[in-house]
Amino acid sequence: MALQIAYFAWVRERMGVADETVEVPAQVADVGALVAWLAARDGRGALAFAEPHRIRAAIDGAMTGPDASLAGAREVALFPPVTGG
Amino acid sequence: MIRVAVGAGVIDVAAEMAAHDAGVHGASAAFVGRVRGDGELTELFLEHHPVLTASGLDALATGAAARWRLDALTLIHRVGGMAPGETIVLVLASSAHRAEALAACEFLIDRLKTDVMLWKRERFADGRVQWVEPRAGDHGRAERWD
Repeated sequence: MALQIAYFAWVRERMGVADETVEVPAQVADVGALVAWLAARDGRGALAFAEPHRIRAAIDGAMTGPDASLAGAREVALFPPVTGG
Repeated sequence: MIRVAVGAGVIDVAAEMAAHDAGVHGASAAFVGRVRGDGELTELFLEHHPVLTASGLDALATGAAARWRLDALTLIHRVGGMAPGETIVLVLASSAHRAEALAACEFLIDRLKTDVMLWKRERFADGRVQWVEPRAGDHGRAERWD
């Protein structure tokens, strides 16, 4: 499954790119599994996703939790907790 | 009238207040958030999502307008680099009476901190750069409005 992934703030810095298109294995079915898969994929992923509880996600514009399914998703955004205001 | 904006330009508070008050409102509440110069901070940078930050602000404004009887609402968030003393965020809420204007203003600033895709990065005089961590109390304040 081809998935567009966008990174923000220190997740973006640690990944070294703002976004990428990745071919995700079929067994990676939800956001939590995607984060674990990225952490295991390479060194930059290990650095960015060492603490999964600090990662937030949005699928196609809607904020989601780690259990959210990737079925039908076009873009997944991964980022730290927001700090606006 | 609802006005929502996100951008890198300086927020002209006086001009925004004048535009917001074009109508006749019994009560207007305002919140102006500025960059603090704590710990020799030289720059605050706000990262945002090119699409979702604006839609998140829109959703907050729509939510406030549905919850309180507001005559006018202005919600403007600056992004990019800014210096101590500069305005980061401006919230203006007007209603016939003070209770609704004040409540809507507080709701918007509380929810801004937890619901909208914005991230702060601090740069200090000694060269240190760090991403801001959420404050423990922010989620508690935001959840009061659930």
